[in-house]
Amino acid sequence: MHEASLAGGVLQLVEDTAVSEGFSRLLSLRLEAGQLAGVDVRALRFALESLAPGTVLDGALIEIEEPPGQAWCMGCGQTVAIAHRGDACPACGGYQLQPTGGMELRVIDMQVSDD
Amino acid sequence: MCVVCGCADNSAQHVHGHRHEHPPADAAEAPVRVNPANGDLHFGAGAARVSVPGMSQARAIKLETDILGANNRVAQQNRAHFEAHGVTALNLVSSPGSGKTTLLCATIEALKTHAPGLHVAVIEGDQQTSFDADRIRATGAPAIQVNTGKGCHLDAPMVSEAFAQLHSHDHHDHGPGHSHDHHHHDDAHSLLFIENVGNLVCPAVWDLGEAAKVAILSVTEGEDKPLKYPDMFAASQLMILNKTDLLPHVKFDVARCIELARRVNPAIEILQLSATTGEGMDAWLHWLDHAMGHGHHHHEEPDAEAVLRQRVQQLEAELAQARAALSVDAAL
Repeated sequence: MHEASLAGGVLQLVEDTAVSEGFSRLLSLRLEAGQLAGVDVRALRFALESLAPGTVLDGALIEIEEPPGQAWCMGCGQTVAIAHRGDACPACGGYQLQPTGGMELRVIDMQVSDD
Repeated sequence: MCVVCGCADNSAQHVHGHRHEHPPADAAEAPVRVNPANGDLHFGAGAARVSVPGMSQARAIKLETDILGANNRVAQQNRAHFEAHGVTALNLVSSPGSGKTTLLCATIEALKTHAPGLHVAVIEGDQQTSFDADRIRATGAPAIQVNTGKGCHLDAPMVSEAFAQLHSHDHHDHGPGHSHDHHHHDDAHSLLFIENVGNLVCPAVWDLGEAAKVAILSVTEGEDKPLKYPDMFAASQLMILNKTDLLPHVKFDVARCIELARRVNPAIEILQLSATTGEGMDAWLHWLDHAMGHGHHHHEEPDAEAVLRQRVQQLEAELAQARAALSVDAAL
């Protein structure tokens, strides 16, 4: 349900950029939604597609990258990959994990056309 | 921003259909404006507002901006505002029916004797009705109900407005642009409870500007909740296990619940209580004292090892974040 609010946030960012940069057409948009960001990427894509018609997002190619989840394992003393919060450390099987990566939720960049 | 479809139209009459339509009266948002007098067309009314003939190459624009940036900025403003007014704001999150409102009513009553003179206020979030705010007001504490309609979580702008409503009912009135370096004679700590919409998923992502999130889980919900809804328990500083008076009647493994909560959040604090019988309420009031920064002496020597262990955990977490930040900087 909140992916719709997030899609609105994306639209707002793009519209603000359209005003400040003065482009006429959005060709493509690159987003980042980390594995640990708490976002369902499919739902976000669906929300963006539903929102697009009649807006600056209309017709643009939307790419959503999913950086892998990372955490610092206090047991091993190293950074390890985890797909979900609550997963055990793949190296030592412990749960003393502090997420350090894959929590991003942002617009990276966009390709625009001025005609 | 509309919390249902995310569009920028805040007017009451815009519809949420599958094809998102705006009412025709709102012509200012249309990309081409037609002059009804002579049929002239205005292409400069759209978002781009400019036409630059001859520049036909595509170009890249780097943004690297958080999607939740707008909400988080307002949340930070809320945080500063709370701090300036000595308000300790707590964001209460849980699934519907965990007993948040009953706990709040019991807490407000208990605080009348535990901390007489302490100003307590509540911001209530629900899709519809003001039932919860009414229950709070019946205790004598001020409450503002925020109805989110189809929305599933409170966001920072809602809390900002609700707090302004609460504040405007105080005897001292503020102008809209007041600065934050004044001190009120009665701004020695006050408590603001924000009871979020009953939802164990979405509120985890939306910072309201609170000092801490408190997750409330009742023993009738099953001990595996922390693992099933990890983002929420990872974002919370305290987990309250509520309705402990029902433990004899349900199969709830308290130890396993605590173990699972610590898996997704090694530093999470845990309290067990019953809002209806009052069992465990003292420890909760004690926690609130600390949350408000009321340091006091413990009569018994606290478990030194446990305190050190927690401090080490805290430092290791900070170190991990600093390392992560350094590696991002190096990569740029």
